Amino acid sequence: MTSPIISCQKIEKWYSGVHALKQVSLDIVPGEAVGLVGDNGAGKSTLINIISGVQTADAGEVHFEGRPVSIRSPRDAMDLGIETIYQYNSMVPSMSIARNLFIGREPLRLGVMGFGLIDLKKMRQESVRAIADVDLHLRTPDALVGELSGGQRQGVAIARAMYFKSKLMILDEPTNHLSVKETNKVLGFVQSLKEQGITSIFISHNIHHVFECCDRIVAMARGEIVLDKPASETNMDEVLDVL
Amino acid sequence: MKRLLKIYLEKPELAGLVLLVILIAVFQVKSDGIFLGQQNLRGILGLLPETGLIAIGVTLLMISGEFDLSVGSVFALMPMSMAIAMTHGVPFVPAMMLGFAVCLAIGFINGYITLTFNIPSFITTLGMLFMARSMTVVISGGFPPLLSSDIPTWLFTSYVGPGELFRMSFLWFLVVGILAGLLLARTNFGNWITAVGGFQQAAAATGIPVKRVKMVSFMLCSVLAGFAGMIQVFRLGSPLPSIGEGLELQAVAAAVIGGTALTGGIGTILGGVLGALLIRVIDNGLVLTQVDANWFKFAVGFLTIFAVVANAWLRARAKRIKVEISS
Repeated sequence: MTSPIISCQKIEKWYSGVHALKQVSLDIVPGEAVGLVGDNGAGKSTLINIISGVQTADAGEVHFEGRPVSIRSPRDAMDLGIETIYQYNSMVPSMSIARNLFIGREPLRLGVMGFGLIDLKKMRQESVRAIADVDLHLRTPDALVGELSGGQRQGVAIARAMYFKSKLMILDEPTNHLSVKETNKVLGFVQSLKEQGITSIFISHNIHHVFECCDRIVAMARGEIVLDKPASETNMDEVLDVL
Repeated sequence: MKRLLKIYLEKPELAGLVLLVILIAVFQVKSDGIFLGQQNLRGILGLLPETGLIAIGVTLLMISGEFDLSVGSVFALMPMSMAIAMTHGVPFVPAMMLGFAVCLAIGFINGYITLTFNIPSFITTLGMLFMARSMTVVISGGFPPLLSSDIPTWLFTSYVGPGELFRMSFLWFLVVGILAGLLLARTNFGNWITAVGGFQQAAAATGIPVKRVKMVSFMLCSVLAGFAGMIQVFRLGSPLPSIGEGLELQAVAAAVIGGTALTGGIGTILGGVLGALLIRVIDNGLVLTQVDANWFKFAVGFLTIFAVVANAWLRARAKRIKVEISS
């Protein structure tokens, strides 16, 4: 049994009167592609927000690569190698692809205390490489993200996560509001993550998508994990039943 | 070729630039060539830094997604604080430092209240507009203090350059403009300003310290407004408590004419500077062509609306140019 890359232990979260997470524990081993399903309000987004640093847990611990960690901001999570790709909000539409890829982590030519001149040339070159690495073919890194299709945007977001060598990638409803063709493209990206040995958590309403690209299914309802099985040992009916 | 056209049509400052060129041509013809004459250019360039510096700060702040309506009052408060300190025996340099400290404090308060209580900066800075103006009048005691004659005002007001074409203040303006332009377009901090204004959630999700970025933008904006006020006071020779009234709206107009989006995330420093220049050109050109000068505000208002409409149209045109992004 390999030791887990991330281990959530007895995570608790309250929203004033709502017990959003009840003693949730979840271990994920390296290379796994976990599909996290559940209805709205089941607690899956809360759990993900805690891992990615958007929210903090009221109680419980998170261990990453065997060490207890305190993730208090998205930056902490990113520094650990946890990247999150959201449904919409991981890209700034009015900025170019190259600038988006490096927001917050710009390569500097000249810098004092973390501030300085961006190495624009390096940024462009590396963007072209990063995008090509996920089999997304864009002619120029200078195009505005706002001009890309939804699927292309998710592709760029995934390229960013890959470029910064994330160890755990969280995909929060990445296929919402996408056409069938675009959805397939995104599912393709997710599958290529597995091939490259990156651990991923894939969150979706759509159970078909989850079964298509994950090897373990975790279902949540009312703040608890109600099902946790390898995808090969369960089926859609069973998952729908527990939700 | 098409790609190039598309890139240029998408430049936010394009509409402002075109309008500027047209207006200059019209005024040049209507004034029988006096408009671009040395004497007149001196007049325009001598006043430009005051509007221009404020416009730079407001543009920067608007790109970060916030507003500052208090710049006109800070414009008066900074030199007034400095002059009052000097009448109490404080030497020039520390007095100037004090003036800038006041600006930083106001920028900080604007930002702190806006961000902590999560209220629109429009409201915060509207309140600050009244408060800072009131403080200016109160500390002046009703009588504007005299500036002592040993202040090195020549550092800001004396004429230099070929044919004494511009004042020193123009050089300061140029330096600040270039630095601000570099800050926005070439540094990582500038990238954060644009990202925070463009889509705050995305910026936060990528780990950018959103509040600190906005805070610094607020403070920069106030400091530039104070700097502009100091220059005007040196030019006029006396810190009147009423200077700068209405300048906040001119600055917003300049930024908008220059292509800055009200919603943040889009805009350039060059655009803001072009907008400020356009306002100065109108002001001067109307007088020179013997149009009733009361049309000035009308013209600025009209151009503001026109520039935004033109920009939206240009952007829509650019969108329709089909350049394949994926290959």
